[in-house]
Amino acid sequence: MSDTGLNPDMVSSGGASAAPPLSRIQGVDKVFSNGTVALKNLNLDIGRHEFLSLLGPSGCGKSTALRLLAGLGEPSRGEIRWEGGAPATGSATDKGHRDIGFVFQEPTLMPWATVFGNVYLPLKLSGVSKAESVIPVGEALEMVGLTGFEKAYPRELSGGMKMRVSIARALVTRPKLLLMDEPFAALDEITRFKLNNDLLELWRQQNWTVVFVTHSVFESVYLSNRIVVMAARPGRVYEELEVDAPYPRGEDFRTSADYASHCRRASDALHGAINA
Amino acid sequence: MTMSRPDDDEFIPLPGLTPAQKRERIARLVLPGLILGFAVLAWEIGVTVNEVPHYILPAPSLIAETLIKDWGTLYGSLLVTLQITFSALIVATLGGAGLAILFTQSKWVEISFFPFAVILQVTPVIAIAPLILIYVDTVQVALLICAWIVAFFPILSNTTLGLNSADHNLRNLFELYGATRWQTLLHLRLPAAMPYFLGGLKIAGGLSLIGAIVAEFAAGSAGSGSGLAYRILESGYRLNIPRMFAALFMISITGILIFMSFSLLNHVLLRRWHESAIKREN
Ligand SMILES: Nc1ncnc2c1ncn2[C@@H]1O[C@H](COP(=O)(O)OP(=O)(O)OP(=O)(O)O)[C@@H](O)[C@H]1O
Ligand SMILES: [Mg+2]
Repeated sequence: MSDTGLNPDMVSSGGASAAPPLSRIQGVDKVFSNGTVALKNLNLDIGRHEFLSLLGPSGCGKSTALRLLAGLGEPSRGEIRWEGGAPATGSATDKGHRDIGFVFQEPTLMPWATVFGNVYLPLKLSGVSKAESVIPVGEALEMVGLTGFEKAYPRELSGGMKMRVSIARALVTRPKLLLMDEPFAALDEITRFKLNNDLLELWRQQNWTVVFVTHSVFESVYLSNRIVVMAARPGRVYEELEVDAPYPRGEDFRTSADYASHCRRASDALHGAINA
Repeated sequence: MTMSRPDDDEFIPLPGLTPAQKRERIARLVLPGLILGFAVLAWEIGVTVNEVPHYILPAPSLIAETLIKDWGTLYGSLLVTLQITFSALIVATLGGAGLAILFTQSKWVEISFFPFAVILQVTPVIAIAPLILIYVDTVQVALLICAWIVAFFPILSNTTLGLNSADHNLRNLFELYGATRWQTLLHLRLPAAMPYFLGGLKIAGGLSLIGAIVAEFAAGSAGSGSGLAYRILESGYRLNIPRMFAALFMISITGILIFMSFSLLNHVLLRRWHESAIKREN
């Protein structure tokens, strides 16, 4: 069930093959010190260059799983294995390129820094000078449509704009693995669609692996190769669905019968998970 | 009524105020001024009408007169007191903030030393001032130590709180990007601690003045004493009550000015981002 099993369509578009998965979550439990069992025996493989969505009801442990994947906190049981070593994170000693981009569920911006300062942060921490960062920061801001807001402070931005700054910050290092926790939940539909398309485009261009947490059936079907539906109490994998529609996906796909049938399947699985 | 909306905003005029806001700002200065004016006037009239002798309660006009007449002596004393106050404040700020940073770097240091900071804080300075005056040779240094003891704790405890109150997700983010301890301190913990530190500084400013005055009192005539507190003691012995009031007045004004300058500093540093210093429009 944890076989990534990508079909040829995706091989040509996403680039994944029968190669071993990038990461393997094996029998992971997460019990918080207050006794909450957030995850129970979670098994999940993340394929290289895959676009994977975690879909599930509130409180089923999606954020917890994503944080563990990023190396924030330790599993209470089980392990997370990385093919070819863990991507560089805080625990890695090399000061080189950071391989993980993380978008938190909340914007998580530094209120004392401007938009530029916030997006520049990952580069600053790896020792890149401000002058060298102007271009990458500008590009990251352009991707999320915030050009011209460099000097604004977070409190002068709307909720959706803050979230986009946070996305720009995750993109600025051009990470190999992008972990996103409901990044578009606070955005209006038009912006969300635009960012969906931009994200897909970037994913295809840059050969990223994306793990994307969402509440939205439609969004998960539109974006992903594979949808992992999780159930709550305790958090676990309930069902996995392949979305074998070819990329690039555009507005045609959104209105296709294929899309509708995938959405129905995902929706049924989600209902099953909620009632499980 | 313009004063009806309470808020904690400062007295700095901002550009682009509505007429209502302008009126409120003016009222903020004018109304307390008026009340104060009336009180002083009532005092003056009361003293004159009832012919209260000046060695019991001097009239405001007499106090003002004394202030001008004795300005040379009083101003010299003010400088002495200010010198102790500010040296103590500087040492307290460096020491308090430095120790707070040390505390947040190592739990063991905090566990080992924090109780002593509390002991210093809860012991009334007036009770240990005589001891300090005995043990320390120079009176100046003894006074400085007393003022420092009083001013140090609010900075230490506020800064410690501030350094620990950095957003948890932001800390995770720094961890994720492999930030060193030093980077986390410099770019995350210190900015997050800023509002708390400045709050502590506001309290410590007033307290170091109080500490300096209390210590001068304890030193009394034993000291080479020439600070404002010494002037008050001296005037008391000579029953020179107007001068006593004049010195008291100078102490109050100094305290107010210290508080206002730190409020201003607070406003300037936090204006762009912190909830306490921003007037939100909605
Ligand atoms: N730091 C924590 N301490 C204790 N319990 C926690 C902590 N973080 C999360 N939990 C618990 O773990 C469970 C899963 O939380 P998690 O945030 O992973 O859910 P989620 O699937 O992301 O939900 P949502 O869609 O609402 O964001 C919840 O029951 C929550 O109460
Ligand atoms: Mg969540």
